[in-house]
Amino acid sequence: MTIDQIQNEIISEFDMFNDWTEKYEYIIDLGKSLPVINDAFKTSDNTIKGCQSKVWLYAEYINNKLIFTADSDAIITKGIVAILIRVFSNQSPKDIVDAKTDFIEKIGLKQHLSQTRANGLSSMIKQIKLYAVGYLNK
Amino acid sequence: MKNTTGFNIASIREDFPILRSKVNGKQLVYFDNAATTQTPKVVIDAIVSYYSTLNANIHRGVHSLSQKATEAYEGARKKIQKHLNAKNSSEIIFTSGSTHSINLVANGFIDLLKSGDEIIVSYLEHHSNIVPWQMLCEKTDAIMKVIPMNQDGELIFSEYEKLLSNKTRVVFVNHVSNALGTINPVKEIISKAHEFGAAVLIDGAQALPHFEVDVKDLDVDFYVGSAHKFYGPTGVGILYGKEKWLNKLPPYQGGGEMIDEVTFEKTTYAKLPNKFEAGTPNISGVIASGIAIDYINNIGLKTILKYENALLKYATEKLLEIDGIKIYGNTDNKTSVISFNLGNIHHYDIGSIIDNEGIAVRTGHHCAQPIMDYYKIPGTIRLSLSFYNTKEEIDSLISAIILAKKMLS
Ligand SMILES: Cc1ncc(COP(=O)(O)O)c(C=O)c1O
Repeated sequence: MTIDQIQNEIISEFDMFNDWTEKYEYIIDLGKSLPVINDAFKTSDNTIKGCQSKVWLYAEYINNKLIFTADSDAIITKGIVAILIRVFSNQSPKDIVDAKTDFIEKIGLKQHLSQTRANGLSSMIKQIKLYAVGYLNK
Repeated sequence: MKNTTGFNIASIREDFPILRSKVNGKQLVYFDNAATTQTPKVVIDAIVSYYSTLNANIHRGVHSLSQKATEAYEGARKKIQKHLNAKNSSEIIFTSGSTHSINLVANGFIDLLKSGDEIIVSYLEHHSNIVPWQMLCEKTDAIMKVIPMNQDGELIFSEYEKLLSNKTRVVFVNHVSNALGTINPVKEIISKAHEFGAAVLIDGAQALPHFEVDVKDLDVDFYVGSAHKFYGPTGVGILYGKEKWLNKLPPYQGGGEMIDEVTFEKTTYAKLPNKFEAGTPNISGVIASGIAIDYINNIGLKTILKYENALLKYATEKLLEIDGIKIYGNTDNKTSVISFNLGNIHHYDIGSIIDNEGIAVRTGHHCAQPIMDYYKIPGTIRLSLSFYNTKEEIDSLISAIILAKKMLS
């Protein structure tokens, strides 16, 4: 699937929820199923700054695609990272660089995320895009 | 809530317009009072009234408006002086906050310290009472020693006594820990330091909102606080300094107001307090801070403390009924602050869930990373109560935490 298709799929999933608790329960479940990063890659180089909880993000370049793995010590953050990985992992660097990110507002996450968390979310997206930029010309 | 403490909680809450607001569609429950307290209408009105009727620069004009503004500003200084029981109003300096006050003092000591001198900090400090002194050490090669803490979140006094020596120049400790609520034995800390001729700065940011402080009785050399933590506006800080110490310290900033005479060859500085108040100060904020002091004195700090202690007891008992709650800072001598975690759940997850229920708490390290390192935790959830909070609000918090626990485990 393309990044756009995945984003639309996520938007329609989130449309089904009636209130914030259902939404959060779903995010928490996603957090539990996140493809966890190999402990060896939980280094300070792979730490994302700007999140109140710890977030590690690691990228591998395989068959012209970027594969992301990640972890966080907070489960809601983990769920949000899982959503980002579902959108951006296994895509080409160019598609990742070009991707829009307004799906986050569309799934109504931004309004429920505190300012500090929202900043953390932007840091995660920024880091994902930075990885992609790094592989653009390879 | 039953009115057992001699004031009417319903009418107190009426004084704070923000308490009527909704957050995420829910009634706001504000439990982040150690970060900043809400502002009563009389204080807001004082700011509006200043700009509507009094706005003029102080200490400068001969015109009537300027003189009136100056009187109001200096009137606020007298109120603070009286409130802290300082000897002279010239010992009260207005700054932009506790952080500014501490930097002013730490910077002044650059000229007074030499390599090998020692300064003593406590484990329980807010970063703003650590970093300025570290910068001082870098500039002077002075050495910083740390008073250790115990599991209950108290300073170990016997260890403090061991750190003191005739090399000790300054001791700086908070009156109340913002992260745990511990009330430190500052009077004893000060008198011990004085035996060695060291100056003492007490960071009272978390004390002034809760109980009476008497700088003469404490015999403290410097005492700092922030108006926005005692129901005043942001951007106003207080520095009390004994006259002899304020005279010893060099000015912090140069500019207008702080001078006596200026020529290109040499400037002589103004007397206290103007020596430390360069430039146009936060006039409206200072006047409004005086009104905030009137406001809390009207209710009475003894009444406030009694009510807050009752809330603290109620909240502590209710929280401990939840399986897995661990409270950090278990001293008997604390203000209405509860720092806690729930099982292995990350503090941030709990904070996010209860925010959706309209409840404002602080999560994280509370600018006191050494304390978190001591307990080997990334942070806590901090509940900090004010006299406008109620038992019903604590009940809402408890329900929200139970919901969070259900969702997160
Ligand atoms: C104990 C303590 N000291 C200093 C400060 C800094 O105060 P301000 O940010 O108003 O300068 C705080 C604020 O959180 C505090 O709690």
